[in-house]
Amino acid sequence: MIRSEILKEIAPILRDQLVVCNIGIPSQELHAIDDQPTNFYMLGTMGLASSIGLGLAMAQPKPVIAIDGDGSVLTNLCTLPTIANNVTDNYILLIIDNGSYGSTGDQPTYAGKKTSLAKVAEACGCDNVVECRDVDTGRVLQEALDSKKMTVIVCKCDSGNATMPVITMDPVVIRDRFMKAVQA
Amino acid sequence: MSIHAKIVDDFVANGVGFITTVPCKQLAGVIDEVEARPEIHHVPSNKEDEGMGLCAGSYMGGKRAAIIMQNTAIGVTINTLATLIQYYRMPLPMLISYRGELREPVACQVEMAVHTKALLAQLNIPTYHFHNQSDVNEFDMILKYTFMCNKPVAILTDANFWGGYGDQ
Repeated sequence: MIRSEILKEIAPILRDQLVVCNIGIPSQELHAIDDQPTNFYMLGTMGLASSIGLGLAMAQPKPVIAIDGDGSVLTNLCTLPTIANNVTDNYILLIIDNGSYGSTGDQPTYAGKKTSLAKVAEACGCDNVVECRDVDTGRVLQEALDSKKMTVIVCKCDSGNATMPVITMDPVVIRDRFMKAVQA
Repeated sequence: MSIHAKIVDDFVANGVGFITTVPCKQLAGVIDEVEARPEIHHVPSNKEDEGMGLCAGSYMGGKRAAIIMQNTAIGVTINTLATLIQYYRMPLPMLISYRGELREPVACQVEMAVHTKALLAQLNIPTYHFHNQSDVNEFDMILKYTFMCNKPVAILTDANFWGGYGDQ
């Protein structure tokens, strides 16, 4: 499965949660598949989805799912020790690991070669790390939500992108409707 | 009252409930004070752009956030300031240790100091420079201004402000 197929499959789970979605094609895909006020789309700033999601989870009690990519986590690898050492049980980091920089032309990442992000997360001290196959993502994500324990999920999937339109919504509108959804 | 306590009192009085820090020798006292206050959730960051991501999330979660860092971080965070904090229009007080200014003993720190104000000006970031200890009296107003205008605001604090650090 490629990322967009996974997002389609887990959209019914994501719909009821606060979601911080990674820059580029992942946000475009989620926006096209199931736009929700509870989705925060990153339009810039590669690498910070996991950090924004953690800050959001620490500030309020609703569950937060940060959807990140392997390339973006590698860009901001120092996020994993911060996550590990600040246990926030309403926080789930879902890393869609397709072994490539999808938004820039599918160049290979080191996570698709010798580097295991699941092992890196464990070495950083993350307590609940689950590596799963693409087809199991929905089940694993629902189990993580039900566990009410901070969880890092590394979903191994195929490289590839769906062709979706660029998000043209104004960033302040995205932020404002998201903050209203957080408070609702 | 120490300037550390005054700064953190002002953060608390302005509803700042989340502070992330990347350390600097000059900032050790204020970081200790942040850590000691139960009203503030203190999360150390490994890198300043990561810290700004945490602040953005905290703000959207309803908790005002601030970052404490060194001026070298301006070089690290320009993209984050432009495409996250400014683009989505979020308030972010940045209490910055202004290394490489008067009473600085480490020559390399001057190399980033000479770019600091120019970079902040290029980014249209309101910038205040605390040089004397009495300058801290403006901190409360600067925080109110930051949350009024929803912008990142820089407070540069040099070695003279902190009472000297490793004087030459």
